[in-house]
Formats: sequence, structure tokens, C-alpha cells
Amino acid sequence: MSVLFDGYPRGQAAYDEMVGPDGVRAELASVAAELDDLGIEEVRARAEYLRSVYIDQGVTFDIGGEERPFPLDIVPRVMQAAEFAHIEEGSRQRVRAMEAFLSDIYTEGRCFAEGVVPRHVVATSPHFHRVMAGITMPNGVRVHVAGIDLIRGDDGVYRVLEDNVRCPSGVSYVMTNRRAINSALPEVAGKHRIQPVEDYPSQLLKALRAAAPSGVADPTVVVLTPGVYNSAYFEHALLARMMGVELVEGRDLVAHGGHVSLRTTRGLRPVHVIYRRIDDDFLDPAVFRADSLLGCAGLLNAARAGNVTLANAVGNGVADDKLVYTYMPDLIRFYLGEDPILASVDTWRLEEKEAREEVLDRLHELVVKPVDGSGGKGIVIGPRANAETLEKLRRQILRDARGWIAQPVVQLSTVPTMIEGQLKPRHVDLRPFVVNAGAEGMYVLPGGLTRVALPEGELIVNSSQGGGSKDTWVLTETRPTVTVRRPVEVRPPSVPLSEQIVDRVIRHQHEQQQQSHAARAAQGGESSC
Amino acid sequence: MLSRIAEALFWIGRYVERAEDTCRIVEVHLHQGLDDPTLDANGAARDLLLLMGQPAVEQPDVLHQFCYDERSPISFLNALGSARESARRARETVSTEVWESINTTWLAVRGGRLQRMRPASMFKVIRERCAVIAGLADNTMSHDEGWLFLTLGRSIERLDMTSRLLSTPSLAGNSPRAWDHVLSGCGAHHAFVQRYGALASERDAAEFLILDRLFPRSLIYTLGTATQALTQLGPSNLRIRPDDPAARLLGAARASLEYLPPDEIQVDLPAEMAKLQVVCSQATQSISARYFEGSAAAEWVGGVW
Repeated sequence: MSVLFDGYPRGQAAYDEMVGPDGVRAELASVAAELDDLGIEEVRARAEYLRSVYIDQGVTFDIGGEERPFPLDIVPRVMQAAEFAHIEEGSRQRVRAMEAFLSDIYTEGRCFAEGVVPRHVVATSPHFHRVMAGITMPNGVRVHVAGIDLIRGDDGVYRVLEDNVRCPSGVSYVMTNRRAINSALPEVAGKHRIQPVEDYPSQLLKALRAAAPSGVADPTVVVLTPGVYNSAYFEHALLARMMGVELVEGRDLVAHGGHVSLRTTRGLRPVHVIYRRIDDDFLDPAVFRADSLLGCAGLLNAARAGNVTLANAVGNGVADDKLVYTYMPDLIRFYLGEDPILASVDTWRLEEKEAREEVLDRLHELVVKPVDGSGGKGIVIGPRANAETLEKLRRQILRDARGWIAQPVVQLSTVPTMIEGQLKPRHVDLRPFVVNAGAEGMYVLPGGLTRVALPEGELIVNSSQGGGSKDTWVLTETRPTVTVRRPVEVRPPSVPLSEQIVDRVIRHQHEQQQQSHAARAAQGGESSC
Repeated sequence: MLSRIAEALFWIGRYVERAEDTCRIVEVHLHQGLDDPTLDANGAARDLLLLMGQPAVEQPDVLHQFCYDERSPISFLNALGSARESARRARETVSTEVWESINTTWLAVRGGRLQRMRPASMFKVIRERCAVIAGLADNTMSHDEGWLFLTLGRSIERLDMTSRLLSTPSLAGNSPRAWDHVLSGCGAHHAFVQRYGALASERDAAEFLILDRLFPRSLIYTLGTATQALTQLGPSNLRIRPDDPAARLLGAARASLEYLPPDEIQVDLPAEMAKLQVVCSQATQSISARYFEGSAAAEWVGGVW
């Protein structure tokens, strides 16, 4: 075992991604050795450098209106190609199933008729929007971008914790993390073949353009942000910049006569695809919350008229509802005729009487989550909660059983993380990102966002709960293929080089001679002044 | 280009220039105080505040109000903070390098960091950081619409601030080296001496700062830059006269300065400069009306649509 990992606990309860019971895992030995070669002092210095880089670049996350740098840990999380291939296949499968499910519930409702999902589960979801019923998307895609949250239990198996098919965020940190780590650990990164993440913006733009209303040859794509005070504003700006499209706020848009336009310095300009990073409820005050100033009135009308595409589609929230999550394995079998590739976490549906009774008996040992919460909000971890909290939870469950699910406490896997100058195990999760361009294919970003819970033993790894992140490496056996866009053409100089030089030498001599004539003339006193 | 982004860029240009020029003006003020022991320090500070359009207080603290106080509308700390906020709003439009230089500048000056520097090095840091930002903007952004708005904002602010700087010698009474300080304040001392020699008069200095066609901070040069940016931004009527009100205002100001009889340059200079400041504010208004109007916050009031 190396010096760097000397004090590092082994064989603890949680699965550690880097250090097994017998020391550093064989497949990660080279990464550990490279880090070790640097020495602890140097690694600490590099970690400090990372922090300053993020502050200078303004890589931040807004919490309650305050901009905070998003902590990036110095030790990357490393995955093998085969390991990620499994995740990639599983994520694609889930997205395909969710697409089928969403398109079904907003049109025919086959899954209700066949008894796969009870109708009331969908109908009572706060994210089910009747206004979307009967609308078909231009290229059939509703989930343009998905983020599938995965955790790895103590058995080393990846399980889906939840799906995000509304406005999953975090992908910008994957890109900035890679750039920052490359500059902080060039020795380590350079010795490994890491699959690149820089394709994401072009893949996203491809998918967004593919979703444009039919008949638009060169669609105008924009990113719609709630504004600078949104927690993910950094991400919205980065994606817009990297895709080369406008970042707009609701007030930059005008909807009129079923069309949406941008207010520009040269008047109104039509918009065709809106990658919106605003929640459904705030998107269109004419349909949803009338008091919202973030969106633009008439947006949904234009989408219904088929003149503008909203990505992701409105009403997607049904598919990532945590209660619907419990039906996902069935939905995959029903729509795709396949077995689920990725495992799920055991989940109790509290609206089922038997499950509810069992959960109420075991509240102190389970995790109970609100079905539509995000950012770790409202989660109660039984073993850590006091009697009062549990009692309150019990009452809430009895009042609104639809609103909650329960899961066993899953020990998230850990990765060595620099804490106060020492490597310590910290819990992580993983969010791979899937971009769906419909007929043009689905792209899964190699790796994804690894979030780290920085406090010791903390199991909620959310950025809004003060979490950090790690660069996520997917190693490949072969050098990743870099597509050369245009072969570099070596053009012969128009005049043979030697002649050019000769020409220059002659001219130079000639000029020098003229100079000396002039000087001599001046010395001669013939014509000075 | 989005109206909102155009506006943000215009203001980045203005705020960065304002920070730099404020810094220059305070430097000039402090040097004048040092060079002329007869000067009434308090009176000069009050005059300076009035010049910047601020109500004069009994005992003005120049360093506090012009430099350190983030809430003071005339401090360069405030200007840098506002520049950073504007850049954050236009983050996908300004180049990464411009954003980073504005961001690091802001981080380096906020939260009492300025107070820990000696004033002389503080002024140097601010001037140089502003030059870095401006240089990066010129060299890393496409010279398209966005850059033109940035340049326009920078030019209008420079006009406004240089005109205020040119009014300071009249405040300093007959301080012998007042014009020297103004020249240094415009970073023009070297250029001026090269052009006119060390024996030049005050009138030469005024002439240089107002009328030199080659010096980038002279009023004529800056008016030219602003008019050019406006011409490139808006297709205008070439046959009769520019139909853009801002271009007309700036053009008229330029003509009235340019054709001033040589002897009248120093006559009533403060009044002439005050007129120019009005032109700057009117031009800003008409630029806003023409290009940024769309950015006015739209409010949905519910009801019939």
C-alpha cells in the first residue's frame, strides 16, 4: 500500500471504489501510484490550486442567492470501460422506457388498460399536465436530456436511485471538472486513457436541432434560464456558450399568434427550440402559475401549435415521480420486452396498505422520501431521526400516503476524498447524462457527475446540501478516437523558399548600401541639415 | 443580439472605464493636494464631489467615497462590482478570458482588500486590471455587435469622465501644475511631451487632450470611436444625415469642439465640458431607447391574453 493511502481505512462497511479490503484495487493501482509519486504535500498543493481556479473562473453554485464555489475534490473517481458500458446500456434502456411511457400516458394510455400502472398513480402526480394530452413531439422525443442517479451498494452493484427527466443539472461541472483536473494533475491524467467529455455540447445541440418543428431548415435554439440568481445559472450560461446559442430569460421572449420570438437589437427574431431550464410551473403564466415572472405567456400555446419545441417536454415529471419509479422494472418489460439492465433500490409504495403498515412499524430503520422532492429536501433517514421527527413523519404518511415512498438505508459507496489535508472515505453517487436525439441516436456522456457528501458519514450527496464533486474517469483500453474534422493540408510556399531568402538577403544588402551612402554624404558635410 | 445582452455589454464597457477613470481622477486630486500646499484640501475635495455630481459634505473622505465604499455610487469598487454583475448576466456572450479577468479583479478588490494596499499601488492595480480587461475584450471577442456595444459604452464613459477630469484645473485655482496632473491622469503625459516638447503651455495641454486626433483618450478621438461604433451598429441614412439621434448628438458635439477657434479653447472650459456631459447622458438615453428597449422587464398580469 502506498504512503498516501496508509492511514486510509480498508474493508469498512461501505464499498470503497478505490481501496478494497486488501489495499488499493488492482485496476486502480496505477492511478494511486501516480498520486503517490506526487507525495501528500504536492497533492495538497494541487487541491489548493483547484480551489483557486474555481474561484477565479467563477464556477459557482448559488445557495439562497449566495454564490459559492462548487468544491471539486482532487482525487478522481475511476471506472473501467466495461463497468461504464453496463451503466450506459442500462441508462439508454431506462430512457427508452420512459419515452414510451410518457408518450403512452399522454395519448392512448395502454399501460392503464393493461394494468401495468394504476391510472390514479399518474393522474394524481402533480407533474402530470393534462394540457399536454394528445400532443406529439416533432421527432417523438420528450426526454431530450436525462440524468439517471445511481448509487453503488456494499455489494458493489449499481442501482438506480431516481430518474431525472425534467431539467437535470450538473453536466457543466463534469466539463469544468475535467478541464480543472487536467491542469491540476497533468501527470496522472496524461498516463491514463480517459474517455473525453467535451462532446456533450455538440451532442446536445444536435439533439435540440433534431427536435425542431418540421419545415424549419435552420432552427434557432436558445437556452431559457430563470436568471442569474438561479442555483444552476452557471450551468445554463456554460451550455449556451459552448453550444453557441443565446441564453435567454423569460423577458427576452415574446409569444404572439402561436409563435415565439426573441427581443433583439434588430427587432423580433423567431425561436424554434427552447432548451428550458425552468420548471413546468413557472414556464407559462397563461397556463400554470399566473404569478410567475420567469417564463413567457403563450409559450405553451406555441408549443401546442407545433411552432416551437420545449425541451425537455412539459409534463415529463410524471416519469421521474418516485412512486412511478417503483413501476419502472414493469414498464421496461411492458414497453420494451426486455429485462431491466440496472437494478433498482427496494421501495415500498406507502399507498398500498400492507406496505404502509410494514413501513410504519419500521420507520426508525428506513429512509422515507417525498415522491416529488428534489435536492434531498424532506428526506427522513430513520436511524438518524429522533422520535419527534418520526412521529411527525408518521402523521404525514397517514395523511398523504401517495406523497411518500420508503427504502432501506443503502450504504453508498465511498471514494478517497481530500478532507483537511488527509484522504478520507466519503460517500458518492453518480449521475450519468443521456442526450436523446430520437432517430439520430442517443448519446451517453462517458462518466457523469460524481457528487460527494463532504461531511463524514453523510448519505445525502446533493449540491444544494453543500456537497462537492469529483472528476469521473472512464478508462478505455484503446486510445479514444479523435475525429479529425479536416485533414491538415500542407501547402507548398508559392515561391520556393530559397528564392525568397535570396531575394530578402539581396534587398537587405541593397538597403544597407543606400544607408551607408547617405551616411557618407552626411559626413562629407555636403548636405547635412 | 438580445437587447438585454446588448445592454449588459454596453454597461460592462461603461463600468470598467468608469472604474479606471475614477481611479485616475482621484490620483490627480491627491497629487494636486501634495504639490500645492496652499490648496484648501477640504474645499478641493468638496469641489471634486460636486464635479462627480455628488452632494458635498462637510468633511469629505475622498478615499472612502471614491475608492473603498462599495455602496458609494461614485466609487470604483462599486463600478467594478457592477461590471462583474453585468458580465455575469452576459456570461455566455463575453469571452471566457474577459469574464475571468473581470471576476478575478472583483475578487481581488472586494471585502476590504483595497484598504490593505498603499493608495499608490492600489491605483496602479486598478488601472492595470482595467487595461487588462479592455485589452482582452478587444483581442478575444469578435468585433461584432456585442463588442461594438462594449466599445460604445466604454467611449461614452470615457468622454464623460475625461470631460470631468478636464474641469479639475479650474477647481484647483491657479495651481501651477494642474494641467500636468490632468495630463498624467489621462495617461497622456508622455505622449504630450513627445508631441509638444517640455515647454508647452496650458493651452497646448488642453488642446492636446481635447483635439488630438491620434491620442486614444482625447475627446475628439473618443467621440470618433463612439460615432464609428454607432455607424456600424445601425444602418443609417447615408444621403442626408445619420438618422440615429445618438449619432447626431455625438457628431454635433464633435463638430463644435473641432471647429472651436484656438483662442477659445480654454475660455469657459468647465461650461463646455458640462455640455459634453449632458450630451453623454442624452446619447445613452437614445441608445437605450433604440436598442435596449426590449429588455424592459415584461410583466404578466394575468387575465385576458
